[in-house]
Amino acid sequence: MHNLTTDVMLHVSELSKAFGALRATDAVSLEVRVAEIHAIIGPNGAGKTTLIAQLAGEVLPDSGRIEFLGRDITRLPPYTRSHLGLARSFQITSVFLDMTLLDNVALAVQAHQGHSYRFWKAARRDAALVQPAMDLLSQVGLAERAHRLASDVSHGEHRQLEIAMALATRPKLLLLDEPMAGMGTEESARMVDILQGLKGRTAMLLIEHDMDAVFALADRITVLVYGQVIASGLPDAIRADTSVRRAYLGEDMTAG
Amino acid sequence: MKRAVILNRRSWTLWMGLILLALVPVFTSLTGQSFYLDLVNRLMILAIAALSLNLILGHGGMISFGHAAYLGIGAYCVGIPAYYDVYSGWVHFPLAIGVSALFALLTGAICLRTTGVYFIMITMAFAQMMFFALVSIETYGGDDGLVIESRSAFDPWLNLEDNLTLYYVTFASLAVCLYLMHRMVQSRFGMVIEGAKGNERRMQAIGFNTYRYRLTSYIMSGAMCGFAGALLGNFTNFISPEMMDWMRSGELIFMVVLGGVGSWFGPVLGTAAFILLEEWLSGITIYWQLLFGAILILTVLFNRGGPLRGANKTRNRHA
Amino acid sequence: MINWSLIVTQCLNGVQLGVLLFLLASGLTLIFGIMDFVNLAHGSLYMIGAFFCATFTELTGSFWLALVLSLPAVAAVGILVELVVVRPLYARDHLDHVLATFGLILCFDTLVQMLWGPQGMAIPLPTFLNGRVTIWPGISFPTYRLLIILIGLAVAAGLYGIVTHTRVGMRIRAGASNRTMVSALGVNIQSLYTLVFALGAVLAGLAGLMIAPITEASIGMGNEIIIVAFVVIIIGGIGSIKGAFIAALLVGLIDTMGRAFLDGLLKLVISAQNAETAAPALSAMLIYILMAAVLAFRPQGLFPAKGQ
Repeated sequence: MHNLTTDVMLHVSELSKAFGALRATDAVSLEVRVAEIHAIIGPNGAGKTTLIAQLAGEVLPDSGRIEFLGRDITRLPPYTRSHLGLARSFQITSVFLDMTLLDNVALAVQAHQGHSYRFWKAARRDAALVQPAMDLLSQVGLAERAHRLASDVSHGEHRQLEIAMALATRPKLLLLDEPMAGMGTEESARMVDILQGLKGRTAMLLIEHDMDAVFALADRITVLVYGQVIASGLPDAIRADTSVRRAYLGEDMTAG
Repeated sequence: MKRAVILNRRSWTLWMGLILLALVPVFTSLTGQSFYLDLVNRLMILAIAALSLNLILGHGGMISFGHAAYLGIGAYCVGIPAYYDVYSGWVHFPLAIGVSALFALLTGAICLRTTGVYFIMITMAFAQMMFFALVSIETYGGDDGLVIESRSAFDPWLNLEDNLTLYYVTFASLAVCLYLMHRMVQSRFGMVIEGAKGNERRMQAIGFNTYRYRLTSYIMSGAMCGFAGALLGNFTNFISPEMMDWMRSGELIFMVVLGGVGSWFGPVLGTAAFILLEEWLSGITIYWQLLFGAILILTVLFNRGGPLRGANKTRNRHA
Repeated sequence: MINWSLIVTQCLNGVQLGVLLFLLASGLTLIFGIMDFVNLAHGSLYMIGAFFCATFTELTGSFWLALVLSLPAVAAVGILVELVVVRPLYARDHLDHVLATFGLILCFDTLVQMLWGPQGMAIPLPTFLNGRVTIWPGISFPTYRLLIILIGLAVAAGLYGIVTHTRVGMRIRAGASNRTMVSALGVNIQSLYTLVFALGAVLAGLAGLMIAPITEASIGMGNEIIIVAFVVIIIGGIGSIKGAFIAALLVGLIDTMGRAFLDGLLKLVISAQNAETAAPALSAMLIYILMAAVLAFRPQGLFPAKGQ
């Protein structure tokens, strides 16, 4: 069996964030282990977005600690976390709409190829950027659309682009904020396939509402309600947990 | 979709424009109208300034309302040494570039921590600060400005006293700046600036420290504009704080906007449109500024939807 | 030997400048806070207030009557501007606001030149305002400047009262935090905006006409002070009237006291000759240095408006 402490990639302890009287994150503690997919579920307003924002570095917590690969990253800015191996996708699509899909991913690749104080060589003809970008687009199934403007593609393709961009930064841990948001059944299934393909190679912290996807993908599940963790463990245990059923799943527990 | 560099419609405009500019002195010497030589010379100098502003405004989405400060700084870097009888162009021009870059670094470091309206107002305020500072220094002419006896000396290679030489020096500078811009915009650095304009949050998430890159582009922009300022000081032989007035900055923004924000040759077209319109209208009536202002307003009202379309505008205040 | 008389006088001058800046800045900050609109032409409204007052004083022979007549006149101009130029631009980005209002400045400057000629216009004051008032044994201060301070403070108090204690004020504050909700509730947002713009115009015009008897009404008089008004709202926090008030007084005092006393202070530390060259430039730069210092610690200004 693996030693529990060296197995942990992301260690969140007692993270708290309040907005006035609202405790968006209330002493949240959780762990993500190497190569695991750890899902976070919870009803709307549970504070999932705030949690991701703190993990990504966009919001500073009031108290608590975030440790990534043994390093305290609680107050580090997003771009530093990216270079440590933490990548994220956004819940509301956040890509470069005026650029092609290829440019979008190439930019993410570029971010991790040293500094960008290069003023002369044309970036769009730089094989060192274009090749990896095309590979990534193939991985998510967008290779044929590479030269379309991001503003011209469908919502589902945006979500795929988000994943490609996150992967371009060669992450050790992916923070996925509702990757299946707004997708139809077919598109969701495709996304699940993509994520399944990454399983075992990249650890993931997955926030999702889509219960089918969650139970298909997750190794472990944490349930967040009103900013607090009310249960955490293996999927079967979560399904059976009465407080979870009461607080969240209720009658809608059709999955599995 | 390969981007053809040499012979598409846009570059056709560019080449025609450059050829036209190169031939102006021929026309003016044939017709004896040296007035037009001066007009186009001034136009080219301002085009360089507009080009520099386009880097941060058009490509970077940073609305600097204080860019005229660099024109003034560059000009004073010619004027103040001249006051002390230092006439060497080898001093003037590097000084203009250096001091402008420094000013850009110091003010940019502060301005770039802000966004949106704050940024506009702060850049305006810093430029006005320089304006007042120079107005108050009586030694260098204060409000009345500074007259320089002779232009920057580049003996024995160039004699800028000759208007034709100055014209071609300006022309060459414009061509070089255009080329530099062209390369920079397509480079990795250019991609970062464009990305930061479109979606800064995303840029940070993928690992770019956008503040540093923006500051770099801001400094480069200031330096180029300072260079234009040194040319301007030489051209007019007269340097005054008026060059830095915030209203001059507004005019520069118009020159960029009129040409189509973001396109790399646009600023030259925009400057040409602005200067020629100004010239034409002021010949018609002494109240030309009324017409000019009205035209500017109409341009904005009927512009297709905002020059900064595509920029991730922070419509919510102070993000 | 401390010259108290000079210090007190300069202090009061600083307050007087502060009060004028507040009148300008409050309108600017309201317009930005509520409509998200950057109005560079605010200085033009300041100028127009001054010229209206000059003409009305000439026509009626009474400064007071002129004051009363000028305010609605400026309001009318403000409403016209809002309807024609500003309203179509609310949905656009700030660059468009800035460019359009810049064009407006050119138009107004020229219109004033066409209507009033290139020379400025003086505004004669009633005799009793031309004198001085003894505010302390040995310290006197021009009566008119004192009046400016009093009127300014009264307007500030009135503005505060309106915004916090009336229904209109409530709508204004509500509109600031949530436009769509407010219009969904049936409040006519368009009229509210026009009202706010007109209010801003009146405040600017009032400032202009109050300073004109001292400095003359002249073309382009608003173009320099508008920058200082921007500095005030940056320091105070865009959207905040309280911030504008405090920042305006701060800026007014620092600018005035700086110009008056900096060379004296500098002479204590450096040579007299250097002090004399450096002081004017440095004192001109003071308020901008202050702005930079505030922004270094509080990038949103001292009192950023809530809910934004």
